[in-house]
Amino acid sequence: MSILEIVILLPLFAALAIWLGAPARATSVGSALINLLILLGLIFQFKSASSGKSGFAYESARVVLENPAISFGVAADGVALILALLTCLVLFAAVWQIATDKPSIYHIASLLIAGGALGAFLSTDVFFIYAFHELALIPTFLMIGLYGHGEDSHRKAVAWKTTVYLGVGSLILLAGLAWVVLEYSGGGKLTFDLNALRAQAASSPLPVEKQASIFFVLLLGFGTLVSLFPLHSWAAPAYATAPTPVAMLHAGVLKKFGLYGLIRIALPLLPEGAQVEWVQQALLFMLLGNILIMGFVTIAQRSLDQVLGNSSVMHMGYIFLGIAAANEIALQGAVILMFAHGVSIALLFALAGRLRNQLGTLELSKLGGLASHAPVFAVLFAFGAFASIGLPGLANFAGELLVFLGAFGSDGSPTMGRIQWTVIFALWGVVMSAVYMLRAYRSIFQGTANSGLFMNDPSFSQRVPLFLLAAALLIVGCCPWLLLDLLKSLSVVKVAAM
Amino acid sequence: MSVFSVEILLIVLGLALLSAEALVPSISRRTLSSISLGGVALAFVLFLFASKSATDLPAFVEPYHQLDTLAVFYKGFALIITLLVLWLTVESAPYLAKFVPGGNFSELFSLPILVCVGMMWMASAKDLITVFVSLELVTVSFYVLVAFARKSNLAIEAGVKYLILGALSTGILVYGIAWVYGTTGALSFEGISAALAQPTAPKNAILLGAAFLLAGLGFKVAAAPFQMWVPDVYQGAPIPVTTFLSVGSKAAGFVVLTRTVMAFTAQGSLIAGEIQSLLIVGGALTVLLGSLPAIFQTSVKRLLAYSSISHAGYLLLALGCSGTSRFDLGSGGVVAFYLATYLPMTVLGFLVLAVLRVNGGGEDIKDFKCLAKRSPLLALAMTLALASLAGLPLTAGFMGKLFVFLGLVDHAYWGALVCAVIGAAAGFYYYFRTILAMYSNDAQNTEPLRLNLGSKIIAIVLSVVIVVLGVYPKPLQQLLNQTQTVSAH
Repeated sequence: MSILEIVILLPLFAALAIWLGAPARATSVGSALINLLILLGLIFQFKSASSGKSGFAYESARVVLENPAISFGVAADGVALILALLTCLVLFAAVWQIATDKPSIYHIASLLIAGGALGAFLSTDVFFIYAFHELALIPTFLMIGLYGHGEDSHRKAVAWKTTVYLGVGSLILLAGLAWVVLEYSGGGKLTFDLNALRAQAASSPLPVEKQASIFFVLLLGFGTLVSLFPLHSWAAPAYATAPTPVAMLHAGVLKKFGLYGLIRIALPLLPEGAQVEWVQQALLFMLLGNILIMGFVTIAQRSLDQVLGNSSVMHMGYIFLGIAAANEIALQGAVILMFAHGVSIALLFALAGRLRNQLGTLELSKLGGLASHAPVFAVLFAFGAFASIGLPGLANFAGELLVFLGAFGSDGSPTMGRIQWTVIFALWGVVMSAVYMLRAYRSIFQGTANSGLFMNDPSFSQRVPLFLLAAALLIVGCCPWLLLDLLKSLSVVKVAAM
Repeated sequence: MSVFSVEILLIVLGLALLSAEALVPSISRRTLSSISLGGVALAFVLFLFASKSATDLPAFVEPYHQLDTLAVFYKGFALIITLLVLWLTVESAPYLAKFVPGGNFSELFSLPILVCVGMMWMASAKDLITVFVSLELVTVSFYVLVAFARKSNLAIEAGVKYLILGALSTGILVYGIAWVYGTTGALSFEGISAALAQPTAPKNAILLGAAFLLAGLGFKVAAAPFQMWVPDVYQGAPIPVTTFLSVGSKAAGFVVLTRTVMAFTAQGSLIAGEIQSLLIVGGALTVLLGSLPAIFQTSVKRLLAYSSISHAGYLLLALGCSGTSRFDLGSGGVVAFYLATYLPMTVLGFLVLAVLRVNGGGEDIKDFKCLAKRSPLLALAMTLALASLAGLPLTAGFMGKLFVFLGLVDHAYWGALVCAVIGAAAGFYYYFRTILAMYSNDAQNTEPLRLNLGSKIIAIVLSVVIVVLGVYPKPLQQLLNQTQTVSAH
């Protein structure tokens, strides 16, 4: 059994063990910690393990079906490792902060979502990339529908809306993936193996117009899962309603699957299709919708969970910008930003969950003055909020800067093209982030406290996961080369930049 | 011992059990069920050995009987589903006893064995007469089984409906066979496909006969527009019989359909194109008429009935994708694969229903509330079964659907593909609704379910099969692959 298979299966077996009666908290926290340590070890070893192997390491494969050729193959390159690290980090924080009085299904659902995400990030077979992502569908649906916040009818409605969007999005995605597989399988045999498909795409690429159509179908499928405007309306209510660990994992980790799929499957297999004018234009309009329209929508929110849910939709726009530019710098920036956004939004949702538990409300108008009672809490929130705005020194800044620089210089021409104008509009999104995040911070932590709504600082053990996430933001923000080093020999980037 | 003698053994066992109650009035239900279960289990073991070594047939059945791997696969399938149905009968006997006058169960333990033999013969049939005789053995036994819970009005209604429509469909089938014989001069599948390859054959008359033949078989497998009887009959019949109808009867219908369609669409056939479009249109319609009404059901038993219709639709679509194929399984292989994935998930669903009934519950979605608390094991198994029925990846159901979808895309049947996707999307809704109920906490009745060891083991085994077929389908595909190569000769 290869090390990556262990990483994928550990959370799933931990979930099964809890279902069979193992102590929930110990099992989930323990398995998450082991996974986190393994992942860190793999990252340190990555350079020597991947040398001379086109950027991939830790490969192994088991044949599941001969024809259509499907195999449970795993391998990691820099992108996959960074996202797997993000998954383990957020999983650890998410299961640690689950209160002891919650039923064990909280732990099971978190482990299943994370296991599915790990499987999707680390597989090298289109079949399993798709299949693992779907693993999260039922746990998410159940957790929102049964343990979500708000009235029974409200959370059921939100659960259905989320499931319909994600279900239909995945069916569109499946159609697009089937199309890719059928078009690129050479020699009369069907194959789902990504490397084989990639080799076929490099040796005999499809006509550009066909590439563009397939890319667009994939963009719609993946885009629905990432809440690309205008397919985004499930996301904000889902995150505002979902129980804290599910919101952390879904907004922080699972949503990155769609972006990962575009970088891993769509760009390398359909590099010319992504650059066709109508596809580019559509993508740029949609991502500007994410940044500008969702920016205004977020500013209009009056409650913290809605601000966070909508802001997480908005920030996807920057990552799509990196994908639209599709050059090396912009894609590196997109990957860093995926990591940074995942950590920061998980931190913010963890804090918001704590706030709701203690005060029973997240209405900004009812809160105030909490910094004097809970200074540590306020500092941690500031970390998340400032990272979200893109303050230099925190991880998001590094990602956003690279995306903007890469996108601005993407076509190498000195004139202002569509993508340059898009960058200029997108930059205003940073201002909007500052407006709503700073306003949220002010109305929660400064001023005077309202009518007995006080809270304490988290106890020492409750601070562990929060400090861990904040530290990750700070470390990557100050030393982005730690992650950029992993992205140096990106095969994805090279193919896409051709 | 050859496979054929196992069948003879089974029919002797079935007839002996049928007359047991008349000859030995004091025989207990327990004895009957043990003999029946033990006998079929023994037959299964003998069959496993026989199918490996002795595939020769006695000379007198040679003209009517064949033993290719497709036949062997479906024979094994019939034995497995009969065993499971007999176990379900034992399991649900306590609640069924209320509806059966005098508590006489002997038919319920003997007729399934006769059905099993009928299915096994059907799998080997080489000509339409053998098909008809074995199909009637199955159908006539089912007339009795469906109406078995005589004290329940629903059962009487189901029995009458099934009898009338069954008899009608038999008539249509015979009429079709007569036309096919009259126009091609052949009753054997080989003869029919040879006659169809003649350019001088009367195409329209053959098409008429083929249409009647397919319509008759369409009744048996619940294909639209002949699916109206399914929900009522499934609801009224006892749970083990419903399971048998839904899995066994469907598999039997599809093995005949596979052979018939193969004969009709063989190389150079005059009517191949028409038969294929008939199957695709019928399949797409069946998927829609199965999955859309399912959205409005409140009874899980009826829900499973509609789900069984929509799965028949996917199977028809698979059958319609015959001819060139980009993967190893031909259309007959895909149908067999799909049925193999369909067995564990459907049986699991009905097993949970039976356990709930025995524990005093009903068959509605609201009776599933709190199942996760009452029996975590059953809830997990049922979640897997429903996820598989909905076609979520990593379960058996997804693999079956994937083959169907790839076939449709490969043949560029876009309209049918859209219908199949709509059916799958609707499936998300109605299967997930049941899952949501199982994990919700607002039920009145929260006492733990009583579950005996046998049912526990069956639930675990079937769940494991669902997952294994979903992530490692290679062995099954290889088994069926031989089917393709053998039957192509």
